[in-house]
Amino acid sequence: MTPRLHLPATAEWRRVSPKYIVVDLVGNLIFGLIVVAGASIPAFITHNVFWWTLPASLAVVFIIALALTPRRVRAMGYQLRDDDLVFRKGLMFQRFVAVPYGRMQLVDINRGPLDRAVGLSELKFVTAAASTGVTIPGLPAEDAEELRDRLVALAESRRAGL
Amino acid sequence: MTQSISPAVLRLADGEWHRLHPATPLLKGGIALIAILGVIIVNLRDVVINIVIGGGRNDEFDPFVWIIEHDYAGLIILAIVGGLVLFIGGFYVSWRMHTFRITDEQVEVRSGILFRTNRRGRLDRIQGINIVRPFLARLVGAARLEISVAGQDANVQLAYLGSAAADELRREILLLASGTRAEPSGVSTGSTGAARIIDDLLAPELPVDAAAPESVVQMHLGRLVGSILLSSFTLVLIAAVVGVIVITGTTREYLFLFGFVPAIIGMASYYVSKFTKSLRYSIAGTPDGIRVGFGLLSTSNETLPPGRIHAVQVSQPILWRPAGWWEIKINRASHSSASGAAGQANTTILPVGNLADVRKVLELVLPGIVDPEAIELLERGLTSKGGDDGFTNSPRRARVLRWFSWRRNGFAIVSGAVLFRRGAIWRELTVVPAARLQSVSLHQGPLLRRLRLASLRLHTVAGPVTPALGAIDADAAVAAFDEIAGSAVSSAISDTSHRWRTA
Repeated sequence: MTPRLHLPATAEWRRVSPKYIVVDLVGNLIFGLIVVAGASIPAFITHNVFWWTLPASLAVVFIIALALTPRRVRAMGYQLRDDDLVFRKGLMFQRFVAVPYGRMQLVDINRGPLDRAVGLSELKFVTAAASTGVTIPGLPAEDAEELRDRLVALAESRRAGL
Repeated sequence: MTQSISPAVLRLADGEWHRLHPATPLLKGGIALIAILGVIIVNLRDVVINIVIGGGRNDEFDPFVWIIEHDYAGLIILAIVGGLVLFIGGFYVSWRMHTFRITDEQVEVRSGILFRTNRRGRLDRIQGINIVRPFLARLVGAARLEISVAGQDANVQLAYLGSAAADELRREILLLASGTRAEPSGVSTGSTGAARIIDDLLAPELPVDAAAPESVVQMHLGRLVGSILLSSFTLVLIAAVVGVIVITGTTREYLFLFGFVPAIIGMASYYVSKFTKSLRYSIAGTPDGIRVGFGLLSTSNETLPPGRIHAVQVSQPILWRPAGWWEIKINRASHSSASGAAGQANTTILPVGNLADVRKVLELVLPGIVDPEAIELLERGLTSKGGDDGFTNSPRRARVLRWFSWRRNGFAIVSGAVLFRRGAIWRELTVVPAARLQSVSLHQGPLLRRLRLASLRLHTVAGPVTPALGAIDADAAVAAFDEIAGSAVSSAISDTSHRWRTA
């Protein structure tokens, strides 16, 4: 296998909190159980053994996804460079995004029930382009608020037109 | 110079409240009222004639006869008059209440009788000013001024204004928005009344003195016809015709052909409307941005201030290749309600043009980026077969993914812009001004990783252009990612186009 993409690091890569592994695991587990249960309905109704292949194959996919969760969470990270924020994610499908601070239109903090249970927050950045789509999950709540305030201040000082 | 501007025009941008053109209610829906009145009067006339002459009565039920026979005439006339007064009064009050003002900072419109609305747009956020003249409005010398601000449904409409006043107001607004306080230069609006309306009907879309002549691109009739005939719609049409002929030839059911008559009418009207809307198309550079005008009966004429174009794409459908024609589309932050040339969205800034036209339009839409050296690069981006031509192209191993275009598939970074070149059969070149770039991303999936390739995407405001480039060398992509991100930051800092004349 050829090596994965590496950006020359000009600042330190900050990882998301390891607690996010739990949040992601539980969230995926619940979602997987619901999907597998739904896919089992035809088998229950028809009593045809053939139909069990559907939930079984889905279950295998979800188990692989769950097994990879710790690595996937560790692959997420962000760099606060001088003028922009770089976010990376993805194991199989790698994605790097660079957003200049001046381009951020607003910064959202979202907290789901699972996030709240372990004290994490999710930061979402909105630019004028819908496709930017940068969401940093699994930040400790106080870090997230501090980071948001810092980014909003940076965006304010570097504000450009559209 | 000031005395040549009629006082009524000069007053519009002075920060006071003003009303719209007096014919506005008529143009906005009063026509329907007149039509209804006309129908009633025509019917009444028959009845009156019958009564006066005493002609024979027919057995058909006639509401007017019925009304007269039952002695309701007085009541009905009262009701009609009352209704009319209410209607006309309503139109009048709504016209009185619909006011606008333009201050140094913003444009503000108030309207509505019971439910008042108040809309303000900041002048330095203006994305474009469009003057639309529907045919009927042109007859009474009125025009609709639409000020686009970034966002969906975020436009400030001034419908309707006097035709000359609309032109003058646009200049004033652009002048205020540009950040200068220079005196507006005079425009001769000497002729008055009917003479002015006729002048206006005959005038070319773009006053010749408003733009440097070498920067004007106009549409040639033959090219327009050719481009419409050589569209992919025609290909589909030919396929459909062949299909129908084959079907009727084998089944001998000729009656079935009549089912296509509505479709044929529809297609003919599609071609005709596409044609008339693109007639008299012109694009020109003015100090306050580029100006795009088109239309034969209903005309439209839009000014895009500098720095409002977020991405530019020059593309060539395969059928246009022998003729050497190209099309230019842009991404912009606003969405005007009026559609553009050829009935396309008004993001098509050049419906069809040859290489010389493309060069001129690119000079207009990318000012400050297109110097002679960059122009050469852009042209190579359009027509080059690939190789070592200033673009960083896909490596040879990418030919599995880009069978024909791997030689051409590449990017170039010039000062202030990023160029993506794609396609060997459907050729296209995308240019994104770095100062408008929102963010940049780098992707790699398992297949691309095997081939040591990666893909780049530039994020701009939504529009017909999606700048993306796949299958380029991974190391080159990583370097380009960093360089583009840096260039986006530095260009955004040095960019002053939102106050373009202060620079």
